[in-house]
Amino acid sequence: MPSNQLPVAEAPAETRKVHAALTRSSTGKEDLRELEAGLDSLQSDSIRKVRIDWSRILLPVAALAVLIILWQLYVSLGFKRRDVVPGPLDVIGQVGILWGEGKLQEAVWTSLQRGVVGFLISVVIATPVGLVLAQVAPLRRAFGPLISGLQVLPSVAWVPAAILWFGITDATVYFVVFMGAIPSIINGLISGVDQIPPQYRSVGKVLGASRLQLALQIILPAALPGYLGGLKQGWAFSWRSLMAAEIIAVGGTIGFGLGSMLDQGRVLSDMTIVMSAILLILAVGILIELLVFAPVEKRLLRRRGLLAGSTR
Amino acid sequence: MPVVLEHLGKRFGAGAPVLDDVNATIGQGEFVALLGASGCGKSTLLNIMAGLEAPTSGALEVPSDGAAFMFQDAALFPWLTARENIELALKLRGVGKADRRVRAGELLDLVHLGGAGDKRPHELSGGMRQRVSLARSLAQDRQLLLMDEPFAALDAITRDLLHDELERIWKETGRTIVFVTHNVREAVRLGQRVLLLSSRPGRVVREWHVSEEHRTDAGLAGQLTGEITTRLREEIRRHAK
Repeated sequence: MPSNQLPVAEAPAETRKVHAALTRSSTGKEDLRELEAGLDSLQSDSIRKVRIDWSRILLPVAALAVLIILWQLYVSLGFKRRDVVPGPLDVIGQVGILWGEGKLQEAVWTSLQRGVVGFLISVVIATPVGLVLAQVAPLRRAFGPLISGLQVLPSVAWVPAAILWFGITDATVYFVVFMGAIPSIINGLISGVDQIPPQYRSVGKVLGASRLQLALQIILPAALPGYLGGLKQGWAFSWRSLMAAEIIAVGGTIGFGLGSMLDQGRVLSDMTIVMSAILLILAVGILIELLVFAPVEKRLLRRRGLLAGSTR
Repeated sequence: MPVVLEHLGKRFGAGAPVLDDVNATIGQGEFVALLGASGCGKSTLLNIMAGLEAPTSGALEVPSDGAAFMFQDAALFPWLTARENIELALKLRGVGKADRRVRAGELLDLVHLGGAGDKRPHELSGGMRQRVSLARSLAQDRQLLLMDEPFAALDAITRDLLHDELERIWKETGRTIVFVTHNVREAVRLGQRVLLLSSRPGRVVREWHVSEEHRTDAGLAGQLTGEITTRLREEIRRHAK
C-alpha cells in the first residue's frame, strides 16, 4: 500500500466541524441487532473448561505424609519414652483397638450429633436476630458491642455456670455450644450486611420492595458470603465449645463423646488414647470443612464471579 | 403532563442549596436530556423525582405510581441470572409466576439479549449488563423512566450502539424519559429537548429543542453541540473566581 494517499488530502471542502457518531450510527433494527450480537461476543469471555486439578488433592496429601514421616522419625530416634510420646504406628494401633471395641464409633457419633444439632439450633436463633440487629440501627448500637464481646469470651468460661444450673446433663453441653456459636453467626451476618453496596438498597426501593421483602430478597442473599463466613466460624466455635464441655463435664447423663474419650485417656495415663482422640477431633473438623463448607462456599463465590484470581 | 417541577429547592442540612427554584414541565412520551457539569445536582433532582429523596421547598407533580430508575452502574444482583434479575422486578410489582417468565423473556428479546438470559452479571460485558438493567427498569412498567448517566462508564463503541438501542426502545414503548448526562453530544444525540442546569445552586438556565434533522445531519448536530458547549462553559467559568 503506498502511503502517500493520506486521508487528510481527501477532506471535503466543507469546513463545518463533524463529530463521529453524533447521529444514528446503525441503519435499522436488524443491523442494530447484528452489531450488538457481534459486540457481545467480542466482549464476553469464552467459556473455560473446568478440569480436575490434581495438585489440589496431591499437595495436601503429600504434606500430611511428610508430617507423619517426620513424626515417626523423631520417635524412632528415641529421645523420649515411647509411652510419653507414642509414634504414628502406636496411635493407629490404638485407633484400631478403639474401633474394635465400638468406643470410637460411639464417641464420634455422640459428639458429631450433638455438635450438628447444637449448631443448627444456633443458626435458627442467630439468623433472625442478626438480620434484625443489622437492619435496626438503635438495636444494633445497643447490643452490637455486647455481641462482639461475647465472641471474644471463650465459651469454656460458661462450663462451670452451666454445670451449676443444669447439672451434668446434655443441657449443659448445648448451652455451652450456643454461647460459642450464636455470637459468631450473628457477627458474621452483621458484617455481611455491612458490606452490601448501598446501591442494592436503592434498587430495592426503586423496584418497590417492602421492608420485609428488602430484608429477605435483597439484604439476605447479598450478605450471603459474609453470612457463610459467620456460619463457618460458628461451626468451629460449636465444635470447640463442645469438646471443652465434654472434657470438663464427664459422667451424669452425658453420653460418651470424643471429649470424654480424651479425658478418659488422661485418667488412664494412656497417651495413645489421648493422641487418638485429638486426631479424631481434628479429622472430624477437617472433614466437615471439606465436605460441607468448602463446596458450598466455592459454588457461592463462583456464581457471583468472585473466585477469579484466588489461590484456592 | 406527567412531570411538573415548580420552584423546587433542595438543601442538605444547613449547607448551601443544591437545587434552587427549578422549574420544568415534561410532557407525556417526551425524551428530555438533563445536562450539567459535575456537582450541579442533576442526580439529586432525579432522586427527588424518583421519590428517593424529598425536596426542601417547592412542589413537584409526578405520576402517582412512581417512576422506573436506571443507575449509572447496572446494579444488577450478582446472585441472580439476567432473567432472574428482571423477574425479581416483576415479582416485586406483584406479577404472577407464569407471567413473570413470559414477560422476562419478552423484555430480554426487546434488548436483544434473548440468548443470554441464563448468564450471571459477571459473565456479561458492561454493555450487556446495562441492557439487562434497561430491561429491568422497563419491567417496572412505569410511564416515567429516569436514567442517571447510564452509559457514562461504557466504551465509545458500545455507547454509540446503546444510543441507537435506547432511541429504538423509546419509540417502541412510548415511555417518558428523563436522561441525566454530563456529555453534551449524548444529550443532543438522545433528547428531544436539552435542559441545561447551572451549578451551585442547580437551576434550569436554558433549554434547546432538538429536531429530527439533528439526528440525521451530523453537521447540524455538531453546530448545536458547539452552541450548548459554549453556554455550558460560561456556566462553569462563573465558578472560577
